Amino acid sequence: MHKGNFKEMYLNTEQLDLGKFKVATSETLYMTVVSMLFVIIIGLILGLLLYNLGKSKRIGAKIFYNLLSIISNICRSVPFIILIILLIPFTKALMGTFLGAKAAIPSLVISAAPFYGRLVEMAFREVDHGVLEAANSMGANKWELVTKVLIPESLPALISGVTVTVITMIGFTAMAGAIGAGGLGGLAYQEGFMRNRPTITLFATICVLVIVFMVQWLGDWAVKKTDKR
Amino acid sequence: MAFIELKQVSKQFIQKNQRIDAVNQVDLTIQKGEIFGIVGYSGAGKSTLIRLFNGLEKPTAGKITINGEEIQQLKGKELRKFRKKVGMIFQHFNLLWSRTVEENILLPLELAGVAKEEREERAKELIQLVGLSGKNNTYPAQLSGGQKQRVGIARALANQPEILLVDEGTSALDPQTTDEVLELLAEVNQRLGVTIIFITHEMHVIRKICQKVAVMESGKVVEFGEVTEVFEHPKQAVTKRFVQQETIPEANLADFSDQYTEGKLVKLTFRGDQARQPILSQVIRKFQIDMSVIQGQIQAMRETSFGTLIVEIIGEEKEMDRALLFLVEQGIGVEVVDHA
Repeated sequence: MHKGNFKEMYLNTEQLDLGKFKVATSETLYMTVVSMLFVIIIGLILGLLLYNLGKSKRIGAKIFYNLLSIISNICRSVPFIILIILLIPFTKALMGTFLGAKAAIPSLVISAAPFYGRLVEMAFREVDHGVLEAANSMGANKWELVTKVLIPESLPALISGVTVTVITMIGFTAMAGAIGAGGLGGLAYQEGFMRNRPTITLFATICVLVIVFMVQWLGDWAVKKTDKR
Repeated sequence: MAFIELKQVSKQFIQKNQRIDAVNQVDLTIQKGEIFGIVGYSGAGKSTLIRLFNGLEKPTAGKITINGEEIQQLKGKELRKFRKKVGMIFQHFNLLWSRTVEENILLPLELAGVAKEEREERAKELIQLVGLSGKNNTYPAQLSGGQKQRVGIARALANQPEILLVDEGTSALDPQTTDEVLELLAEVNQRLGVTIIFITHEMHVIRKICQKVAVMESGKVVEFGEVTEVFEHPKQAVTKRFVQQETIPEANLADFSDQYTEGKLVKLTFRGDQARQPILSQVIRKFQIDMSVIQGQIQAMRETSFGTLIVEIIGEEKEMDRALLFLVEQGIGVEVVDHA
């Protein structure tokens, strides 16, 4: 490939429409942030459930644990692009449409929440058994054990779990973009690939990377800030 | 009725289809304000036993009465309420790394629903009491082992407990720090009148602060009594082994008997004030004998001291017998070692 050719293809700034980039970036952020909030809440509940059921010796708990395990494994194992298609009727019923950034949220949550739930379970398991025993010896009830010990003592791991999950989710939003959710992925696919404007694809990629790096940096900073060990 | 009473208490675990008797038909009584030691090697069941006192473990059989309350029957809310009145200290401190010194001490107060101002005031008092002034906002990671255990003690005392359970509380500390922590516990016992139940595998810890001791072996309490009594007249093999950690090993004595063949080899045991009186010089002055000290040791105990001395006595047979008789009359334990 000639140098001039490359420049013409990938650095053809005339193709760039700043307005479209702004909209796309805000769509990507919107999809990510809203689904992240759901993922954190559902993931924490799921992780807590898995953690408690995993510790219990009762047969019922073991069965429930395995059931939950299988369901969450399925949710996070189905390739995301297939999951979206599979969930179209569900999304339509829930959100009224299967197009646009909003419509990507259910599938994003369904695929990422079980993943985060697993990370939460692992983070809770890492909490020192002795500290939990100490809290028990002070007469803490289950709720206090979770809010005063389990969560604060695993906070860095919970945060780094969010970082990993969110970065994966940003990747998923791009896939969702390819089938009509908009965002930077949609821009790269619809405007860049379909209309043969590689410059747009390149710049959309750069935007995604910048978001990912910022998330990673923010996550690392928060972990450092909370970890007093 | 005794403050704490265990009647035929057993705890069994099923592990890989095998029954393990961690605690086996234990009877114990502990008086209010006592420092009660439970000593045993690892696996003797002492960790399980101490957890029966605050319901962290439930007995499979038997009765545990504390202050007239049968605690093996407590459940849920009642049990949690009861636990707030029993402090616990752990071998590995078990502090929350995510909380500062002060916040760690606040935790039990928060759990007990003490009002904010009151609990903050209480936490500050406790920090003073355990000698950690100025460390209020330090995180445990920046403290030494001894300081961490002081936080552990402050935390355990937060809700003004009547009982303090100490689970190998000094086993992770170096000898100097161990002594400091033991002194603090003794002070807490004196000043606040807290009953302390102390489990350990180190006999010197028992000797230092406990009044009563129970020796455990494979789930059973095999010996039980005043610390001085148990130290002087250990009956069971395990107890003897524990006491020997501290005193002159028997093996040595046999070795000596080969080396010193001239006179009589005698092991003398002193207790209390005797250890401080010049009995030996009296003996030498009174009788026509010579005496050389081969090995000796005096141990300070909680309120008394306990010493062993191995000496060789040289002289006429008659004089030696009279000297030994004099020692026996003075209340000193005399044991003549036969030559091999």
